[in-house]
Order: sequence, then C-alpha cells, then structure tokens
Amino acid sequence: MAVALFIPCYLDQFFPNVAIATLELLENLGQEVVFPTEQTCCGQPMANTGCSSDCAPVARRFVEIFSPYDTIVCPSGSCTSMVRNHYDDYFEKGDEKFEHVKNRTFDLCEYLHDELKIKELKIDGKPIRFPHKVSLHQSCHGLRELRINSCSENMTKRDNKVRGLMDLVEGIEWCTLSRVDECCGFGGTFAVNEPDVSASMGRDRVADHVASGSEVMVSADMSCLMHMQGLIRREKTPIQVMHVAEILAGKSLPS
Amino acid sequence: MTQVALPIVDRPAEKKMKRDHTDAARAFVTNPDRAPWHDESLWFVRSKRDKQAASLPEWEYLRSLASQVKTATIARLGEYLVEFERNATNAGATVHWAADAKEHNEIVLNILRDHKTTKIVKSKSMLTEECGLNHFLEDNGIDVVDTDLGERIVQLRHETPSHIVLPAIHLKKEEVGETFYEHLGTEKGAKDPKYLAEAARGHLRDKFLSGEVGVTGVNFGIAETGGVVVCTNEGNADLGASLPRVHIACMGIEKLVPRFQDLGIFTRLLGRSATGQPITAYTSHFHGPRDENSELHIVLVDNGRSKLRQSDEFRAAMHCIRCGACMNTCPVYRRSGGHSYQSTVPGPIGSVLSPTRDPKEHKSLPYACSLCGSCTDVCPVKIPLHHQLLAWRKEIGFMNLLSYDKRMSMKAASILFRSAKLFSLAGWLGRTSLKVLPHWATHHRFNTWTIARELPQPPKESFRSWYAKNRKSENSKGKTS
Repeated sequence: MAVALFIPCYLDQFFPNVAIATLELLENLGQEVVFPTEQTCCGQPMANTGCSSDCAPVARRFVEIFSPYDTIVCPSGSCTSMVRNHYDDYFEKGDEKFEHVKNRTFDLCEYLHDELKIKELKIDGKPIRFPHKVSLHQSCHGLRELRINSCSENMTKRDNKVRGLMDLVEGIEWCTLSRVDECCGFGGTFAVNEPDVSASMGRDRVADHVASGSEVMVSADMSCLMHMQGLIRREKTPIQVMHVAEILAGKSLPS
Repeated sequence: MTQVALPIVDRPAEKKMKRDHTDAARAFVTNPDRAPWHDESLWFVRSKRDKQAASLPEWEYLRSLASQVKTATIARLGEYLVEFERNATNAGATVHWAADAKEHNEIVLNILRDHKTTKIVKSKSMLTEECGLNHFLEDNGIDVVDTDLGERIVQLRHETPSHIVLPAIHLKKEEVGETFYEHLGTEKGAKDPKYLAEAARGHLRDKFLSGEVGVTGVNFGIAETGGVVVCTNEGNADLGASLPRVHIACMGIEKLVPRFQDLGIFTRLLGRSATGQPITAYTSHFHGPRDENSELHIVLVDNGRSKLRQSDEFRAAMHCIRCGACMNTCPVYRRSGGHSYQSTVPGPIGSVLSPTRDPKEHKSLPYACSLCGSCTDVCPVKIPLHHQLLAWRKEIGFMNLLSYDKRMSMKAASILFRSAKLFSLAGWLGRTSLKVLPHWATHHRFNTWTIARELPQPPKESFRSWYAKNRKSENSKGKTS
C-alpha cells in the first residue's frame, strides 16, 4: 500500500523544501511513499487558459503515471481539485484508470484528516512545537472545491481540516483575520493576465495577516504563498510564509 | 471533449470594440482613493448578507429549493409562459412578446405613441438597460426619467450603472454633490447624503407627478396568477406604476415562477442576498391594471434567452434573480469596479452572460476571475458561476479567440510537460538564470509577474534531484499492478 507523491510542478522546481516536508511527514506517519519521477504537471495552467487540446495529453499522461498506485497525495488543494473535479473532459466515461486516479487523489490535509485520521503527531516520540503567532490563509480550491473547511459564504458547517491538523502541534498562537477566506489573487495565469487586480488582492490579504499580529502565514497551498511571498519580499513586509506540511513535519520558522 | 454548441445571438450593429478587462480596470484598481474604498463598501454589503443568511437555519435548503424551482421552470418555460400570458390577459393586462431588444423598444415606443406621451418615469430595470431603451426613446423624442436614486444619478452623469442593484456604487458622495449642483441646483460642495437624497426626492416627486406613463422592470412573474412582482427599496416603482394611468412592465422570460407559493422562496433569498435585508422594503404585486381607466402592459423579452436555454453548459445562468451578491463577493469586481466589464451586467454573472451575446467582444471577461469560487457559494439560486466561467474559457479556446501569445505559451507548456527530462531542463534553466543573472534581467516590465512581485528565490536543487540523492529511486516500488 504505497502512497504516490504528486508534487506540483512549481513546488518541484522552486519549493523543494515543501515537497521534502510532505515526504518526511508521510514517512513519519509510517507511510510507504514513492515519488514517480516521470511526473511533471497536472495541466491546470492549460485548462484554465482554455487550451483543452494542450491540456488533454498532459492529463492523460498524468493518469498513466499515477494509475498504478493505490493512493495519490498532493500538498496542494488546487492541483488535487484539477485531477478530481476537472479531468472528466479528457477521459471517456468509465475509463478505469482515470476513475481510480480520480477517486484516490487526495490533498495532503484531506489525506491526513480523512484517510489516516491522525490524532497525534510526534517526531522521535516528542510532540512538535511551533511557538509562533500564526494566521491561516485558506486557499480557495481547497476550501470551495475540496471543502476542507466551512467557507464564509456557505452556511453548511464543515470540519476545518487544516486547523484540526495544526492543533496537533503545540505552542501555536492563532491570529484572527478580518476576512477569513478571501482570495489572495493568485489564480494561476490570472496573476499575469490581470497583474494589477491580482497584486491588489494579494496586498490586501498580506495586510490583513500583518494586522492580525501574525508572524507567519500558513496555507495548504504553496501557489497562493508564492504570490504573496513575491509581494512580501518586494515590499519588505514583516511576515513570513510556510506551507502546512512544513509545520507538521516539525520544521522551524526560517530565521 | 466536445465543443459546447453555444448559439450566438446576432451582434447589434453599432458597437465600438471593447478593451480587455485588464486594461479597462487599470485606472480604477490602481487608484488608491477608489479601489480600496469601493472594495470596503461592497464588502460591507456582503457582510450584511452573511449575517442575514446565517440567521436562517434553512438557508442552504432555500438555495437548493430555489435552484430546483428555476431548473423546473426553465425546463418547461414555453408552457409556463403561455399559462402566464393567459392568466395575465384574464386579469386585464396586455401581454406583448419581444424576440429581441429592438422589438422590445419598439413595443414600448408604440404604447407611448398610442397614448401620445412624451414623458415617462422608469424604475430600475436591468432589462431596459440591456435593450438600450433609454437611448432609443430619447432618440424618438421621449423624456425618460430614471426614478431609482442611483440610476437617476448615473443618468444625469450620462453614465451606465456599475452594479445591478447599486447602480451608482462607484461614485462618492462628493461626486453626487457635484452632479446635483449641476443638474438639480443644490448647494455647491454639498456632500451630506441626507441633504442630497432629500434634493433628489423633491426633484423626482415633480417628475412622478408629470410622468404620463410608468415603466418598471419585473423581479418575478407568476404563471399561475399572471401577476408580476416588483421589488424595490425606494418605493419608486410603486409611485411610477400608480401615479400614471399606464404601467409598462418589462420582463425577461426567465423571470417566471410557476406558482404563487414559489414566490416566498425567492423573496426570502432576494433581499438577503442583495443588500442583507430580510426583505426588500417594497414587494409590490401587480395583477392586472388597477382600475378600468388604467392599463397594464407586460412586455415579455427573449433577447437571446431561449438560445441560452439550449446550452447544457450555461442554461443555469437563466436562474439568475439579479441580486448582485456575486458582484459584492467577487474580489475582482470589488477592486476593478463595474464599468471595467463594459457590459450591462458586470461581475461574475455578467462575465457568463455577456459572452453569450458576443464572445469575441467580451472574450476577456471569463479571465477577469481568479476562479476563487466565492460567487458560486454566494449565489442564492446556485448557478455554478466559476465553473461556467471556466467553461467559457474552453469555449473561447475552441473558438480560436485566444491571443497568439497565450496560445503559443500554452502549446509550449504542453510540450514541456509531456517529458520529465524537458521539464527538468526548463526548471534548471529557470533556477540558474535567477541565480546568475542580475535582478533587472529577470525583473522587468515585460515579465508581468515581476511588476509588483519578486520571483521565488531559486533553491539549490529541485525536489526530484534531491529525491534521487536521498531516497532509493525505485520508481516501480509500491505499485499495485
């Protein structure tokens, strides 16, 4: 029963630490994890631009690579949702390999919360500590396409899966935002198609996190953080970003 | 993967080419006095909506019910329309059928000519905006006065509404003061909302009294009773429909509900979704003309709706009750302002509807969206707005309306992602150039990402090369087959 790691393309190339943390976190929980090295990207940039014929071969390749595995885990709600909710266009109805991949691809937090149902988190027998002021950025696709939390518009109450996992870590002081789940404006190619609106949305999110007194903004999706970190570094804003996997894997705040 | 056969409505003759949303939004979103203030104003409305929605334990149930009623109505729309016509006629109203905007405008003009009328008062109606009724009537010598305060303000300024519920939300009170100083003779520099509203009230009261025909929109038409329901907060539709002897109600064919008892579902959702009120201040029912000396004309307008109905992908957009909640929640709309959409209905629902009229003209709108999905969750009739916007992007791709550079960049990406070796090489090139090149060579205005942001700091290696060194690379390990 091996878990195949599905690492988003930009994580692989630009944020290896998040991928390493994901791997170590799963291994620490006793999972047998493999990284199928033929993988590249799920095809979301092409799909979201409207280039279906460019996305199709990438999606089919993805399913070929991942279908041999029992379970596929990805530290991104957005890439997970692409496979689960937006791949249907590229496959015949009833395609067994596709159905298997679709049903067995999980966002990391979903996998830990719903499949492994972890109740405690220790490294070498010791609890994990992260003694910092933390604020949670809720990434839209995890939130509204995978439903890993309740969202402010929708009155259906749901488990806050990210927070549930983070609560297994000691020492966190949570900071409250004024807008708990507004989009940061990354949106994939939106960030370059609508640079002004995207940057404006990102700045507003960052400002909300800073005003909450937070030292570190945490999210289950690095793509949002890549965008906001870009703004933070440009404007030298006093806040850092970390992926949930890094904290759950016991990594400390970069100094 | 088949192309959605979306029937396209003929393009109206006179039209100037639209700018891309990105360009049209720039001045607004980069204006520090405008965008943050606009964003806050609309966020306030959405917050009020959240409170109201949360106060009803059955909120999500109501949304489902509304969506089901609309789905069922649209499925048998022809039958319900005939039933509506029969019952409305029996109640004494005259029902007119308009295939498009032109027919609609001519029907209204003919009614006015029959009554030798040159002055009308009109309450807020996005349908008449859609049909360009005001311009058409003015060109034919009719004096049209919009009686909704917001609409009157934008009318005086020769602008269009920037929001379907709050037409003048893009304007500050100082700007309204200037407009009123110029047109209504209020004091120069006045900006007190109460003073300005009072001035508008006096001004409009005269217009109401001299208006010879009242034109209103319709929020709901009831097939079972043949009645129409108009919801406002200012009571202007009631004055406009009650003072003049002739009332013309203009109604899109999708506004029907089958039974009187269905109405309550929608009135409970509408006010809460639109402005965070339990119900609109006035919910006025018109079942036939008010007496034998009066006339009620109902103009049923298609204008592309029955073609939209043929599309499996976009049909649910006909559920829309024009509450504006998707605009209030949309982070892009809030920061770019309604005029950046350059169409009658802005925001998420507008970005779905406008391309159905002319995909080429409005091709940038489905991309004016970060796909956050908030609109889908806020919509009281459960239109899957962000999925429809994504579906539109596919349509635009199929129709070959994408710009050359977008098409080529995605083709290149597709080739890159079909080979792990090529992908790794490209990643290595990217990281290396970030490491060795000076900052200005990677961060410049031609790299849109870097206009406001830094690129990621390049790590020393990719995850896959770390993995090859630190874990046994048994690619087949653990496979089930």
